[in-house]
Amino acid sequence: MLQEILQSLPQVLVDGLTLGAVYAVVALGYTMVYGILQLINFAHGEVFMSGAFIGTAFFILIMGMGWASAIPQFILLIIVLILTASITGLVGVGLERVAYRPLRNAPRLIPLITAIGISFILQDVVRFIAELFNGNYIVTGPSLFSEQITLKASAISSIFYDARFKTSFLIVLGVAIILMVALDYFVNKTKWGTAMRAVALDRETASLMSINVNKVISITFFIGSALGGATGVLFAVQYGTIDPYIGFILGLKAFIAAVLGGIGNIRGAMVGGMLLGLMEMFASANLSLLTGGVFGAEYKDVFAFAILILVLIFKPEGLLGKPTAEKV
Amino acid sequence: MTVLEVNNIETYYGAIQALRGISLHVDEGEIVTLIGSNGAGKSTTLKSISGLAKVKTGTIQYKGKEITNKPPHQTTILGMAHVPEGRRIFSNLTVKENLLMGAFSVKGKDVIQERMEQVFTHFPKLKERLNQKGGTMSGGEQQMLAIGRALMMNPELLMLDEPSMGLAPIIVEQIFEIILHLNSSGITILLVEQNAYQALSIAHRGYVIQNGEIVLSGKGSDLVENDEIKEAYLA
Ligand SMILES: Nc1ncnc2c1ncn2[C@@H]1O[C@H](COP(=O)(O)OP(=O)(O)OP(=O)(O)O)[C@@H](O)[C@H]1O
Ligand SMILES: [Mg+2]
Repeated sequence: MLQEILQSLPQVLVDGLTLGAVYAVVALGYTMVYGILQLINFAHGEVFMSGAFIGTAFFILIMGMGWASAIPQFILLIIVLILTASITGLVGVGLERVAYRPLRNAPRLIPLITAIGISFILQDVVRFIAELFNGNYIVTGPSLFSEQITLKASAISSIFYDARFKTSFLIVLGVAIILMVALDYFVNKTKWGTAMRAVALDRETASLMSINVNKVISITFFIGSALGGATGVLFAVQYGTIDPYIGFILGLKAFIAAVLGGIGNIRGAMVGGMLLGLMEMFASANLSLLTGGVFGAEYKDVFAFAILILVLIFKPEGLLGKPTAEKV
Repeated sequence: MTVLEVNNIETYYGAIQALRGISLHVDEGEIVTLIGSNGAGKSTTLKSISGLAKVKTGTIQYKGKEITNKPPHQTTILGMAHVPEGRRIFSNLTVKENLLMGAFSVKGKDVIQERMEQVFTHFPKLKERLNQKGGTMSGGEQQMLAIGRALMMNPELLMLDEPSMGLAPIIVEQIFEIILHLNSSGITILLVEQNAYQALSIAHRGYVIQNGEIVLSGKGSDLVENDEIKEAYLA
């Protein structure tokens, strides 16, 4: 049995890291907003979904222009990522301004319910627009980065089988890692990033440092939503077909990744996302084997969630979270 | 010249009235202290001035400029710094990052560096601890950091809320010396204290606040001698 698990390991790692990177970047959006407002922005999954649609629309639009075929795919991807991230970033800023800011001093449950309401609105708006232009709310984008790559793991050791995947996996993984490194740098090394951490720790005192707290909160929503939207584009590139409901499960899992890493902790979200992706793919490949066929791959989520529950029992603050937050 | 003019302000927390018509003023170069017992409204007065609390009636002017109910990021940028009660260090930020947050609105790396060096002349210990997390510093060190952070703004008016709270007598002594020193270097000071004797002995003038009202005011040296004050606060 160990032998079979090892054989599939290279494939599990490639698939798991790619899925994990997607979870991780979306988880950042949850964790940043939670860190600064103690608000669980459940609409974030829908911002991700909107990004997938906006990105796909840009791909269809740009590739529909004849001359665009001359643009290398990678450049095209970067252009679409930037455009989409800017739009979803502004959507996030608008959401905070219109829906959350007026409720900032309301009991916590109220903005939470509002967030769920916004999720439904975003789903329906995207569905309406997609049906209007596409005739169907399930949309398939152009196929990009679809060459097959084989990772010759068997050449390293005969224990392993080769891993096979599309180029898009590498693109998704690479872009996601770049986004995470850039965010980590921003938050830890720049003036506005430090201000963001200061506001998260103590909003009143931050305002006494001449920091415009509302502006910092807007920036937080912009960055979180831009990252979410960009990940939506990556998702669309990887899977090709999208619908207005992809944000729900993915958003939920990204939220869980954020909790797993310690909600409010940025590096925690990255670690949590990667771990969740890896666990899910590991379960998907090996669950049937491990349980003698009782549970099949379709129970992978149960496996992942069971691990989450275990972590939370023994470390309720999450893997990188602080034991008992020192929030006032 | 009058730096700060507070005119008959009333401040509420929900239905609770914390200030019942406070008026006071601070002139350039002065040390003015505001003393009173727990819950008298000292912190609320400072919060109303810097904009952390909203006043319901009354006005506040800073150097002749209307600042009533302006948010803190707009009042502090005018040159007033508010060191809040309990120091409120950003616990997860390093000493250096805390100081840099004080200089958030300051333009120019060299200006910031210069100010930091100035802060180190008052608080040499901070220089050795630049990369320590603020939250792991001792109470006295945190108070020094809190004042240092405010000095990064290069304030003309420094408002301190109970800087001696919870500190050992020697440290309190040091803090009061530093306040005197800052004042002689040209910074106007509004000092909130429960430590009435020490506060009055370094202050030019003082106000006594009780239940949200100013009940006494006068020169620091007179107030120290005042029998009522002796009985209530200097026992
Ligand atoms: N956030 C708040 N919500 C409700 N009431 C408050 C709040 N802050 C202060 N108060 C009330 O306002 C009054 C004045 O409080 P304030 O903090 O200004 O007193 P203080 O003189 O600074 O006291 P201390 O010496 O204990 O710091 C008190 O009755 C207090 O209970
Ligand atoms: Mg107080």
